[in-house]
Amino acid sequence: MSVASATLTTEERPYLRLDHVSKSFGEGPNRTEVLSEIDLTVNQGEFLAIVGFSGSGKSTLINLIAGLLQANEGTIELDGQPITGPGPDRGIVFQSYALLPWLTVQGNVQLAVDAVFKKESAQERAKRAERYVEMVGLGEAAWKYPKELSGGMRQRVSVARALAMDPKILLLDEPLSALDALTRATLQSEIESIWAASKKTVVMITNDVDEAILLADRIIPLRPGPRASLGPHFDVPLARPRDRAAVNDDPEFKKIRNEITQYLIAVSRQTASTGSKRRLKKPDVKPIDLRPPSLPSAR
Amino acid sequence: MSSDSLSFSTGKARAIRTFEGLGLEIFVPAIRMATGEDPKDQFRELARSIGVPILSIAIFLVLWSSLAASVQTSIGSVPGPTEVWTEAKALVAEHYSERTKQAEFYVRMETLKEKYVAEGKTWRARKYSGKPTYFDQIWTSLQTVFAGFLIASLIAVPIGILCGLSPTMNAAFSPLIQIFKPVSPLAWLPIVMILVSALYTSENPLFEKSFISSAVTVSLCSLWPTLVNTSLGVASVDPDHLNVAKVLKLPWTTRVFKIVGPSALPLIFTGLRLSLGVGWMVLIAAEMLAQNPGLGKFVWDMFQNGSSQTLSQIMVAVFTIGIIGFALDRLMIILQRFVSFDGAASA
Repeated sequence: MSVASATLTTEERPYLRLDHVSKSFGEGPNRTEVLSEIDLTVNQGEFLAIVGFSGSGKSTLINLIAGLLQANEGTIELDGQPITGPGPDRGIVFQSYALLPWLTVQGNVQLAVDAVFKKESAQERAKRAERYVEMVGLGEAAWKYPKELSGGMRQRVSVARALAMDPKILLLDEPLSALDALTRATLQSEIESIWAASKKTVVMITNDVDEAILLADRIIPLRPGPRASLGPHFDVPLARPRDRAAVNDDPEFKKIRNEITQYLIAVSRQTASTGSKRRLKKPDVKPIDLRPPSLPSAR
Repeated sequence: MSSDSLSFSTGKARAIRTFEGLGLEIFVPAIRMATGEDPKDQFRELARSIGVPILSIAIFLVLWSSLAASVQTSIGSVPGPTEVWTEAKALVAEHYSERTKQAEFYVRMETLKEKYVAEGKTWRARKYSGKPTYFDQIWTSLQTVFAGFLIASLIAVPIGILCGLSPTMNAAFSPLIQIFKPVSPLAWLPIVMILVSALYTSENPLFEKSFISSAVTVSLCSLWPTLVNTSLGVASVDPDHLNVAKVLKLPWTTRVFKIVGPSALPLIFTGLRLSLGVGWMVLIAAEMLAQNPGLGKFVWDMFQNGSSQTLSQIMVAVFTIGIIGFALDRLMIILQRFVSFDGAASA
């Protein structure tokens, strides 16, 4: 029941739709196709997680949706509008936080608010920024600079900034992968509650299967690149809010985790046996050795 | 920890930060020692940060005084530290005596004016025409270098930002920068002087021509470090920050002032610091040739003078130039710490 490609009910119009999207870098013989024939639909209010190994093209996919990269083929539509470039209707949380170090927490959020809500008065905008800073629990640290914050706090600022744009969709690019395990756990539950409160559509990229199961309604593994494509959909029918400790013993949780892990291992073996066409050019260096060449080397 | 000692220690932390912010790190161990941190460690730190420099200066002075007397020139032996120190004091004394003379002159003029007015004659005010003192020369030099530095920065920063933002602009400016960067101020000066004489022909000039020539020469030589560093700083803005700007669809001006500018600021300031240093160095040569009243002219006049004090006076000028150059550099570091987001190194 979990491998269910046809879970979409027909009366629901897909909110985000990727249609035969391919992306390659380079030209001629150096051309590498990173993503190939990606078809994806996400419903309004859905939390979708895309899991995959590092280097499988996950970030390329999220950058395509964000409009920071242009697809070579295929179309991407959000709410019926084709995506041609970046815009504040798609709030993105970068893996590296991408906070501006010369602005305070409030300043970073304010920058986004000022850019998006130009019509509001300065006072209204300040209020709005404040609200989002409070929402991620940084009210006390609003006037601190990013360098004075821990990694987890920085990522919260990044989330607040993305939410403050009031986007149609929230894109999370491995938001928690740079954090330690404990901070990660706290932020996971916070992301879930923020998502539940804001009713945003979320696409999250992650390399952590547990994290995906804890947060997402639906999980799609990305088959490793080059020519990465999406695997089958896995529904996560676990009740919310999902308690980290309790869910660990849930047989449903274990089953889904097993299936996804099995799938990922299987596709990675497949790719390994077919062999990647991309060959790294090794540097042509010989080790400096003081031994005369006539003697056999120890190796 | 009691609240009392806590507030004490934050006060100390603030004092240390202030000293560091002002570029006076060498006093930090003294503060730490005075507030009872491990004296042995702090003493070692203090010995290194203050003791070693004092020692090296002492060695330099000893070598100088012992070697100087043995070198004979056409205008007497090379002066040692004591002669130079005497001359420095003489220059200071001269300044004050000149100032008293000036004050006396104006007092005399005042009484004369009253007399004229009482007798019903027309009074025409006269300016004191005594020669500029050593401090006047320093003041003129500082004005000139800052005028030149200001012109250079106003040209270099915008062009640098353009070059950093657009590879096309960079390609356009790059050959010009490469060619003009190594040109000596002595080559620029004649051109600048001729151009200034031709173009700056106001009846009632606000500035002396020689002042303009020196300032423009300073800017021609000192704009390159700022230009190159600004364009480098702008070109190396974190791509993630630019992505943020793209997602927010920030207009061009906001992008430049809110994202690119602040992020390039540390490197812009590095450039400005180098520029001010170059400008100060170039200024002396420019003043010598342009005959702009200033330290350069002072050195030149003393050289022409050829008296027994010439060498000592020039050496006083050398130390003045060096110390002011050092102070200007410090000033830039302090400014940089105030405006940019990363603490600048005090190298």
